[in-house]
Amino acid sequence: MPPALETKGLEKSFGGIVATDNVSLAVQKGARHALIGPNGAGKTTLINLLTGVLRPSAGRIFLDGRDITGLQPHQRVGLGIARTFQINQLFAKLTPLETIGLAVSERMELGRQWWRLTGSKAIVIEESVEILSRFNLADVMTDPTATLPYGKQRLLEIALAIACRPHVLLLDEPAAGVPEAERHGILDAVAALPSDVTVLLIEHDMDIVFSFADRISVLVNGALFVEGAPDAVAADPRVKAVYLGEEAHA
Amino acid sequence: MSLAGHPVDLAPLTARGQASFARRARWSLPEIAFWLIAVATVFLLPSKHLILTEITILGLFALSLDLILGYAGIVSLGHAAFFGFGAYVAGLLAKYGIVKEPVLALVVSGLAATVLGFVTSFLVLRGSDLTRLMVTLGVALVLREIANQLDITGGADGLQGIVMEPVLGHFAFDIFGKTAYVYSLITLFILFVLARRIVNSPFGLSLRSVHDNPLRASAIGIHVNGRLVAIYTVAAGYAGIAGALLTQSTQFASLSVLDFERSADVLLMLIIGGTGYLYGGLIGAILFKLVQDYLASVTPQYWQFWLGLALVMMIMFGRFYGAIIAAVIFGVCTVLQLNFLHSILVTIALVLVLGIARPRILPFTANITERANSLQRSIRARLGRKAGAANASGA
Repeated sequence: MPPALETKGLEKSFGGIVATDNVSLAVQKGARHALIGPNGAGKTTLINLLTGVLRPSAGRIFLDGRDITGLQPHQRVGLGIARTFQINQLFAKLTPLETIGLAVSERMELGRQWWRLTGSKAIVIEESVEILSRFNLADVMTDPTATLPYGKQRLLEIALAIACRPHVLLLDEPAAGVPEAERHGILDAVAALPSDVTVLLIEHDMDIVFSFADRISVLVNGALFVEGAPDAVAADPRVKAVYLGEEAHA
Repeated sequence: MSLAGHPVDLAPLTARGQASFARRARWSLPEIAFWLIAVATVFLLPSKHLILTEITILGLFALSLDLILGYAGIVSLGHAAFFGFGAYVAGLLAKYGIVKEPVLALVVSGLAATVLGFVTSFLVLRGSDLTRLMVTLGVALVLREIANQLDITGGADGLQGIVMEPVLGHFAFDIFGKTAYVYSLITLFILFVLARRIVNSPFGLSLRSVHDNPLRASAIGIHVNGRLVAIYTVAAGYAGIAGALLTQSTQFASLSVLDFERSADVLLMLIIGGTGYLYGGLIGAILFKLVQDYLASVTPQYWQFWLGLALVMMIMFGRFYGAIIAAVIFGVCTVLQLNFLHSILVTIALVLVLGIARPRILPFTANITERANSLQRSIRARLGRKAGAANASGA
């Protein structure tokens, strides 16, 4: 069985700077895989490569064994890979209901229909409100997204990716910037993700990483540094050195 | 299932969601009134049919720009390319008797502009607003020069000797412009209803998402460029039909249909009326044309001065208050019967004072707006309660 998501010799350089350096990563089906590393290690660049926002300088990307290296971002979503963003990327003027409805109708290939009124397909609305209510967003579903509290926007960020019904979900620091009081809401949402969805989590917060992940990869200076089970990675002296080194610099 | 594990009955939520979409698509009272007034002008203002026809055509043109600017966020300084292309195609079809019946010729002209829109849409996919401005401007300049050089388009003299057949074989174009007005108005209404349908469709919603955040739109599976090509193509067809209407109603097509000024004016109209709600283009065309017409009759030598003042004030104080302030300045100068030089001096002095006082004026106008809004909300709530009570008693 091929891994859910795999890269082979992935490279990306911006000018002279190598942001992704020969990364060969395999995320197994159903895994809760975390990608950690100090600031500037190239974690978000890697996500951008996986989702097609950036084109790699070299190397291939496989989704369920299929080469997706040359595909556009929207084509990759159609094949079952979705992401969240470290900094909210939402539709400020749309409501959460419209936002989720967009993703749902796009997945059902109804998004190009110009002759039908939005909301006239009950199946889209039903699924949208189900997702919204699962993420505790039902009460604000008809308010403009821009007026939502930050914690709710963060939940919508994840709900929107889930609405694409991905096999592989890339979470880019889902709890970034969320105040302590609202944090558990985000963590509950992440913990409640369907178990058949493969998750690659990028996170700074080690509490979240070690409570969530069953496998951890450490990225340093764009290259894969260490990979293994959480206990092994936590005990690895090289990882400690990297993080201690970072703290010593800071 | 919610996160907390409580099963939730989704039926009421679904109903609420459907209702919120339905509300958006419903024809509101002001909208119905708008179109009833438009129909009334056919009968009540027979002497104004020429300018009303022009307004209708410009309104359709501005509506087409709203589709790409207001809904997809594509800025254009060359939208006249499609308007002019449609105008010349309609002229050539009529002059050489290729398609004699006006409605059919209108459709053919619109389709021709649609094809041009599709081909040139790929130029606006890449780059920033600035590159889009340059590219659209460039396309319009190229077309204008082609029309200027070719023999078949009549060059600088324009396309003369166009004779229109009666619309649908029955309704001849008359010298009072009634046929032209009714014909233009019906065309505008049909295309407006279609545009309204498009923007309230899943496709229209996806356009708004692309406008709002193209990065995220592509990350939920939306083919951003495909949507942009589609709406740009449709908008080009709309602009082409507007241009064709102008040729058919005036029985003439000149280089002015491709002028830079035409692209700039339509952008102004749309911005005056407001983008992203379809009526902005129509209202903008009405205001622009009426103000232009009025100012040109009162101060024929320097009417553009007042138009420019209005635009600057609208930027400084918002659309509504800016227009009022400009109108007051104009009114003062007119009542005092100042000549041009004195008008300029008085205006500059007032604008300087207003500019300095702007930080004090803005909270004042914001306060008025807030009161007006709360008044509107309370009226709406009262009406809603009455309607609700009526429904309850009816059921």
